[in-house]
Amino acid sequence: MFYIYCPHCGEHREEEEFHAKGQAHIARPADPDSCSDKEWGEYLYFRKNPRGLHHEMWVHAAGCRKFFNVTRDTVSYEIKEVYKIGERPSVVAAGN
Amino acid sequence: MSEMIAPEKVAANKPEAVQEVARMNQLAGPAQRAESPLHHADLGTIAQKGPKNGGVTLQEHKLLGHLVIRGSQDNQAFLAGAREALGFDLPTAPLSSVQQGDRSVRWISPDEWLLIVPGEEAFDVEEQLRAAMGGHFAIVNVSGGQTVLELSGPEARSVLKKSTPYDVHDRNFPVGKVVTSVFAKTQAVIRRTGEQSWELVIRRSFADYAWLWLQDASAEYGLVVKA
Ligand SMILES: [Zn+2]
Repeated sequence: MFYIYCPHCGEHREEEEFHAKGQAHIARPADPDSCSDKEWGEYLYFRKNPRGLHHEMWVHAAGCRKFFNVTRDTVSYEIKEVYKIGERPSVVAAGN
Repeated sequence: MSEMIAPEKVAANKPEAVQEVARMNQLAGPAQRAESPLHHADLGTIAQKGPKNGGVTLQEHKLLGHLVIRGSQDNQAFLAGAREALGFDLPTAPLSSVQQGDRSVRWISPDEWLLIVPGEEAFDVEEQLRAAMGGHFAIVNVSGGQTVLELSGPEARSVLKKSTPYDVHDRNFPVGKVVTSVFAKTQAVIRRTGEQSWELVIRRSFADYAWLWLQDASAEYGLVVKA
């Protein structure tokens, strides 16, 4: 059993209640109309794929249905930190 | 009797744009027949002819009024309005519920609650909430979309253990706690209503599946259906 902490429900819940929703903290270009194709393309399609710490969004799909952020080690699957949308991570990779 | 209130009429006595919504009394009457999603299972006949003793008792509480209430906990006009209309506070502690007579409200998420009232009161309660609440909020009558099952008896917990990955031990699931979790291969809002009783709110389209699942899961303990 793999448990994930939901910051909205305030407790650990079984992994099967959650879905991963990809990389967190992707900022939408403030003015899409004046973006270059490269900027827009990178916003839409290009994602990090780090070996190590990754900040990603998860949703408590079968529970409270809220999104939140997770900092996870992609090598060990260990979750280093869980924090709400709008908050910044305190655990970050060296050089970030 | 079905009663439509046109948006213009609402807007006239409630100036805020947010109140300009069409509302409909969904109460069944001679013109609209209401049917539980488990109507076809004929639980009444099973209750009459089926076993009277067993480890698990199942009872459907059908055709109740289910209202989803949404709003921010930072909005005092929303919280105070709910208190005024209901006579009690919306529970803001995660995973908690309030039962007051035949009205009960469940925390679903930080900005969502499920209120269940007697079926014939649903429209009145909705109107009272709308009149009392202020600011940005939403109330949706979802009565037709789900039903309530009560699972009780000494082996009710054993059935839950087979059905959900959630920890239903006393130390984790005291009376009054409510969680939305995986149930069988669907979902349910699970609330502990007593030492040996649990309430499941299940979706209409999964009701038949849940009923079949519960019969199978309860078989080894003996299932009693109560009308
Ligand atoms: Zn949650």
